[in-house]
Amino acid sequence: MEIRPILSALMRSKVSMILIGLQVALTLAIVCNSLFIIGQRLDRMNRLSGMNETDTFFFGSAGFGQGYNASATMKEDLALLRQMPGVASATVTNSVPMSNGGWSTGIQLQPKQKTSTADTTLYITDDKGLETFGVKLIAGRNFKPEEIVDQKFGDSLRPAVIIVTKALADKVFPDGDALGKQVYMDEDPPTSTIIGIVEKTQQPWVTSDSIENTTFVPAFMPYGNSTRYLVRTEPGRRDEVMKAVEQNLSESNRSRIIGKMHSIEEERRDAYAGDRAMAIILGTVIFALLAITALGIVGMASFWVAQRTKQIGTRRALGATRNDILRYFQTENFIITTLGLIVGGILAYAFSLWLMTSYQSPRLPWYYVPIGFLCLWLLGQLAVLGPALRATRVSPAIATRSV
Amino acid sequence: MFTYYFQLGLRSLRRNPVLTALMVVGIALGIAASMTTLTVMHLMGSDPIPWKSDKLHYVQLDNWSPDNPYNDDGSPPDQVTYRDAMALMQAGKADKQAAMFNLALPVQPDNKDVKPFQSLGRVTFADFFSMLEPPFAFGGPWNRDQDDSHARVVVLTQAINEKLFGGQNSVGKTVRMDGVDYSVVGVLGDWHLRVQYYDLSHGAFSNELDEFFMPLTTAIDLKRRSSGNNSCWKSSGDGWDAYLDSECIWMQMWVQLDSPARLAEYKSFLDNYVSEQKKLGRFPRPLNNLLPNVNEWMRNQKVVSRDVEVQTGLGFAFLAVCLVNTIGLLLAKFTRKAGEIGLRRALGASRRELFKQFLIESSVVGLSGGVLGLLLTGLGLIAVRALYQQYKTVAQLDWTMVATTVLLAVAAAVIAGLYPTWRACRVQPAAQLKI
Repeated sequence: MEIRPILSALMRSKVSMILIGLQVALTLAIVCNSLFIIGQRLDRMNRLSGMNETDTFFFGSAGFGQGYNASATMKEDLALLRQMPGVASATVTNSVPMSNGGWSTGIQLQPKQKTSTADTTLYITDDKGLETFGVKLIAGRNFKPEEIVDQKFGDSLRPAVIIVTKALADKVFPDGDALGKQVYMDEDPPTSTIIGIVEKTQQPWVTSDSIENTTFVPAFMPYGNSTRYLVRTEPGRRDEVMKAVEQNLSESNRSRIIGKMHSIEEERRDAYAGDRAMAIILGTVIFALLAITALGIVGMASFWVAQRTKQIGTRRALGATRNDILRYFQTENFIITTLGLIVGGILAYAFSLWLMTSYQSPRLPWYYVPIGFLCLWLLGQLAVLGPALRATRVSPAIATRSV
Repeated sequence: MFTYYFQLGLRSLRRNPVLTALMVVGIALGIAASMTTLTVMHLMGSDPIPWKSDKLHYVQLDNWSPDNPYNDDGSPPDQVTYRDAMALMQAGKADKQAAMFNLALPVQPDNKDVKPFQSLGRVTFADFFSMLEPPFAFGGPWNRDQDDSHARVVVLTQAINEKLFGGQNSVGKTVRMDGVDYSVVGVLGDWHLRVQYYDLSHGAFSNELDEFFMPLTTAIDLKRRSSGNNSCWKSSGDGWDAYLDSECIWMQMWVQLDSPARLAEYKSFLDNYVSEQKKLGRFPRPLNNLLPNVNEWMRNQKVVSRDVEVQTGLGFAFLAVCLVNTIGLLLAKFTRKAGEIGLRRALGASRRELFKQFLIESSVVGLSGGVLGLLLTGLGLIAVRALYQQYKTVAQLDWTMVATTVLLAVAAAVIAGLYPTWRACRVQPAAQLKI
């Protein structure tokens, strides 16, 4: 294939070439970075909470009036919930993963340590906590009923025993010997003993840097007159049990408000709504961008074919085959696209650098750009195919006509 | 001549429908992407109280741990302690001042048809209303004496007044909350805040809006903790009094300072206050008090999220691609018309006239793209509202944005048309007229 004539033809329409090249360049830069952002968001969304998400729901109960006894009501409610048909397990907890509100504290190895060894969230729950969350105990033991203390809200938490996630255990005791060790959850003694380690439980905040640092604390502790219950149902019976729970608890005690039932699936949906929206928006932009660029190439190639009809006819008359004409336009597109892609590759890394400095986002992995090259080469060839095929149908006789 | 060229432009659009459709759709898509994202960003960051946003200042004091700053960049905490808020309220050195926090209370309606419900409210001081100027439908705010006397009064928002009293004037009636009766002194009118800027501690676009307001002094007697954020850098000890006396931050405080001189005075008052407290062994960190105004505070709290900024940048990058695309297509289109241009030149049209004609033709493309783009922007905003439930207050098209959209489209098309037009005007009539 002779490239010289193509190059010299291109040099005659430099501006059009630059415009298509620029379009390809910007498209590559935007598509690479957007795809990378989408990938990061999908990775975040696919993280597991460690819980049984499908069959679990939670709700709040808030008492009112002077005669209300939050602690007694909590125990009555738990007894009622646990004997309801369809309920596999029920517990109290101050928070759950992905609910975006909860408690956190620092864990120290020494009293009055200046900087905490690790941050952790606290799930204040009872001996049915692990079972209801649906998390897996991988070492040690669960809380015993007698270890669940009645804690007054507002007093410092100084649990004698705690259960932690593996992530937290490894952070505080990198040698892997956390079980049975003592840690400080306050500036002063007493210490808390790690009696169990669970595989994984996320914190309530999906944006947390230490999302798997979680501690279970054994206590009955209403927040003022408010309590939050977590219920796991037998598989597939969540929605039905939710309705029954709402009705039974509202009737059991008239001086309190039963809040809205929230399934964990709903919490996941809400917690990641922003990430999902970002992925959808970026995906739409990528699609529109590729469409516009492809249409731009079609438009420009059609114009060139129309402009060079006579030249094509002459070439055909001089013996060029249809294949030669087809390959001429394909090669031309390949050259323009490649020039654009080279500029676009540099732009893609520049965009990535800008995102890194302005938004602390990670570096664009190197392989995005080469994959982008392949995709845009393919897009260019597909886009030019239509006009190029039209060019092959130009009759050699056209060369002999004067207009 | 303008109307004639305009008609010529329209006719020319019809001549190559495919090319025209490509250009118009290209501009429309670019405009829609950039305007949808820009509208969201513009409304999110827009000044919520433009007539006095530079006079309202948020109080930041650095009472944090000597070992670790509150924020990694060393900036002071975003809330204040109860004891500092009360000390500043008592000193009363600003022109107006109001400390506040969020409180959830169970409401027990008299009307037996309405079930008791949990309501989120704000407890604050009388100055809150004269500082932030919410409109009142009935009655008015409570006064400073009622702050001092821990009066059991409440101001209702339109929404909760609708629920409890069917939207009637409820001033003088009572609302029972957690076993205590509060008398209604005022009912707010339609207070549309895009962002509940006075408390950004649980996110700018939380769906939980305040439903009632009551004196903070009254609420403290209830010994109920805030439903907002609470952060402590050291143990608060046991019991309610220890909590009030602790270094835990859970209150927001706003002051109104009517002139830059007053701002400077208040700043030095704060610095003095902290220096005095240092003598008592508090405030172990270096002096670090800030008084950001409303817009500074909104920027500090990242009301316009990074995602929205990235989306807007992307929207405009997309518009740039669409423009490059349009330049190419216009170039193709105008080059095809070389014969016509040659003819008009030969018949005496000046280059200037031709330039006008083709620029108007580009504007026609831009105008069509703008109108289609406006429709698509409307659809885009519907999509944003569906994707981000919490952005329903900011994903709205207002007249400035409609005008900006159409202008941007025309401007974009004219800019895109400049080079092709210039090229078209350089056509040599003689070259085109030869057979």
